[in-house]
Parts: sequence; structure tokens; C-alpha cells
Amino acid sequence: MIEYEPTIIAFVCNWCTYTAADLAGTSRLVQPPNVRMIRMMCTGMVDPKYVIKALLEGADAVLISGCHPGDCHYINGNLKARRRIKLLKEIIPKFGFDERRLKMTWIGASEGIDFAQTVRSLVAEVKQIGPNELRTKMVL
Amino acid sequence: MTSAKLVVENRDPVESLRSFMKMLIEKEAVAALLVSNHLPMKNSVMPALVDDPGRLEGADPLAPAFPLNSARVLSKLTRKSSGFTTAAILRPCEIRAFVELVKLKQGSTDEVLLIGIDCLGAFGNLDYGRFAGDDKASTMRFYKKVLQGEDESWNGCDISPACKSCEFPVPDGADITIGLLGNDILDSLSLIANTDKGRKALEKLGLASADVPEKRLEAIAGLIAQRTAYRDEMFKATGEAVSDVEKLMGYLGNCVNCYNCRVACPVCYCRECVFTTDVFDHEPDQYFRWAKRKGIIKMPTDTVFYHMTRLAHMSTACIGCGQCSNACPNGVPVMELFRTIAHAAQGAFDYTAGKSIEDDPPLSVFREREFSEITGGRD
Repeated sequence: MIEYEPTIIAFVCNWCTYTAADLAGTSRLVQPPNVRMIRMMCTGMVDPKYVIKALLEGADAVLISGCHPGDCHYINGNLKARRRIKLLKEIIPKFGFDERRLKMTWIGASEGIDFAQTVRSLVAEVKQIGPNELRTKMVL
Repeated sequence: MTSAKLVVENRDPVESLRSFMKMLIEKEAVAALLVSNHLPMKNSVMPALVDDPGRLEGADPLAPAFPLNSARVLSKLTRKSSGFTTAAILRPCEIRAFVELVKLKQGSTDEVLLIGIDCLGAFGNLDYGRFAGDDKASTMRFYKKVLQGEDESWNGCDISPACKSCEFPVPDGADITIGLLGNDILDSLSLIANTDKGRKALEKLGLASADVPEKRLEAIAGLIAQRTAYRDEMFKATGEAVSDVEKLMGYLGNCVNCYNCRVACPVCYCRECVFTTDVFDHEPDQYFRWAKRKGIIKMPTDTVFYHMTRLAHMSTACIGCGQCSNACPNGVPVMELFRTIAHAAQGAFDYTAGKSIEDDPPLSVFREREFSEITGGRD
């Protein structure tokens, strides 16, 4: 296995996981620097094409993280997101993407420790899977 | 009355269906008709909206031509109330696409009498021209071969792969089914009412009630089995042909980003597609930056991205009509790819596109507790 530094694109909810990430930082929790975070107003606005674009551009994993069910700032955006991720998890493995490259979690605003742990384990997992070779390939 | 017999005069089922349609308007079951029609100036078949029962001379709902999916046309006609009922004589896949559009509020069944015909398949657009030529009686040549096994020439053409792999030859969602299967179509056709609306319309025509031929169920089961076997082979072959992104890129290698497949798709429901908006009108220096990063990029860009996004957007609504492949100028087997993925996508939500107006489209609803495997078992 080649040792490499994966790039993880994270679409995180402004109201919970983004705050949790901030808390992880201010709490000085140790976490690998592989995540490029994109702050969304809700995971419910993560269109499947954002995930597809990230994977086709060579992201080694995509993380989508929002509020626990029942806690969504917009009542149920996270539950709509879950169905979209379910759909993507059906589609992308058909084209040879490892299904583990797409991860969805619920991380509340106070769960900084949980966020740091999620990042650590995802980075370790993606290192196991190996790099997404599309990063350097010509993609039609 | 739930079923009746349409007696075929002079061994000409097309002419008998014209009489049936004429009766529908004259006996005021409907005020207008949407039906496939031979163009007067050229032997092409296109949907036509008929108001005058005296103008049905070109109508041919049996023609094995499928230039476009009429669900879109019917959606244009039913977007607002007209105040009267229109009959639409459609293929099963057109009805199923229309059902999806109705669920997306892009059409209504309120003022429509859906009449479906058993579908024995159709040619792609280029093949239909080759098959039919100038012969306006070509329709019966088709049925003599598919129904009666007579050795009629099709000039080397064959029905489209979408039709060969279609396991829905019977229009279950129609108000009235025109049954060919199980009948000797040179002798009679079955008219089967599936809904109250269909029953009322049949009663207005004053036809004698008659049972559906016993052979019908057997004929349907046989055709479905044959098509399902073809479909499953197709799923397997296509799944292997796109099993990694490199292969997928080869599969889509002839795509020129014309987006005809999306235009032809009856269930690609967005009024404005994101791929033709400013979002994809990149600045020139964006392309140069991409080229710098990778060394080489294919132009136009975003081909695989487009197809994968369209799969994510509409595969839960794909009814498998094959118009995407029909519209492709470069012979990309779009239908095979979309049906293969759509089958898995719909299966994941236990949904069958076009089956029922009652079933909510999977991405329009959600439950509080479901699919907990997505979030690592937590919900």
C-alpha cells in the first residue's frame, strides 16, 4: 500500500457539524489536516452533483455531516439528504467507486470530540482504500 | 361493462381502430384525441391532436414507430384545465412516463381518458424509415411477423433494444386497454376497462360486453418472460461494460454533450437544466487552470459528470422508453446504461417508476427512521 495524504471534501451543516468542527479546533483536539470543509446552510441542500463532481475531480472521500434526526434547523433537511446519499450509494459503486468513499454522519454542535474522531477514522479508512486515481487522469 | 370486443372489419385492424376513435368523439365519450398519425406529406408517424372525427384518415395507433415519448405532449395539453375530456392513445411506456409527470405536478389525469395499446415494440427513428419506406400499409407487415410469425421482411431492421428489454408490454395504468395479445387481430381486438372512467366511456359506445380471450394471460406471461430474460442479459452486459470509471468513459466516449438524451427524456422534469445554465458557462481561465493541473483535459468538459448527474436526478423516475438512445446522434447506448442503473436505484427504494399515481417518488418523501446503515447504524 502506498502511503499518501488523502483529500476529503466535507459538506457540513452550518448549524451543527460546522460548529462541532469549530469546537474540535478550539478544544485543541488532534485531527489530521486532510479535510476541506464546505459550509452549507443544511445537508438538505447538498445536490448529488456536488458529490459526483468531487469524486470525478479526484477527492479521496466525501463526507456529508448534519444534525441528528429531529434537530434539523429546517425541520427535516437532513432526512432528505439521507435519501439522496442512499441513492448515490446505489449509483457510484456501479462505476467502480468504493462505497466507503462516501460517508454520512450526524454530528451535533456540541460533539467536537465526535467530529475529531470521525475525521481520524475516515482518514485512516481512506488511506486503506488507496488514492482516487481520477485526480491525475483525464476525465471525460 | 369491463370488457368488450372490437370486431375487425375487412381484416384491417387499423381501419377498425379509426372507427373506434371516431365513435369516441361522435358519441361524446371524449371531445378530442391524441393519437399517432401518418404525416400527409411524408410517411413519418408523429402524434397528432384530432378534433374533427372526419380527420382520422392518417391515424395509426398501431404503427411500430416511436418518434418521441408522447407523455411530454400530453403534459403540455393537461397542464391547465380545458373543460372537456381528451383521449390519449399511448404506448404503455408513454402512460408510465405520464404517471411520473403527474406525480411531479406537470400534468393531470383529470380530463384525460388514457387508452393504452398492448405494445409489441417499435423501431428506432432511422429504422422505422427504413422499415416503412413509402408504404402506408407497412403497419400490418409488422404485426404479421410479430403476432403471426409470418416471414415478413423488415429490410434488416429490428425493434429497438428498449422495446426488446421492456417487461411492461401491457398498459396497466390505462383507463382502457386495447388488447392485441391473445387475439387474432385480423378478426377482433379486446377493449378492457381498467377504471371507472374507462367503464363509463365504453358504456357510451354501446358495444356488446364480451369476455377477454382466455389465451390473453398466457400470451402476456410469455412475452414478459422473453423480455425479462433479454433485459437481465442486458443488465449484466452493461454492468460489466461500465464497472469502473475508465470503462464508463469508454462507454460514453462518443458523447458530444449535445444533451439530446435529456431533451428526449420524458421524465427529465426540470424546466431549466443546470447543465445549460451559467453554472457550467465556465470562464476561459477555468479551463486553462484545469488543463494546467492535469496536463490534459477533454473538451467539451463535464461529459461523465453530466451523465452521472442525470442518473442521480432522474433514475428513480426512468421508465425505460429508450428515447434517450433514439435521440443520440452518435449511437451511445444511453438506454442500456440508464435502465441498468435505474433498476438498482428504484430497487433501493422499493419503487417502480410509472406503476401507480399513489406511490410517492422516492426523493419527494422520507421517514424519520429508515436507512440507518447510511449513517453507520445511528438514526
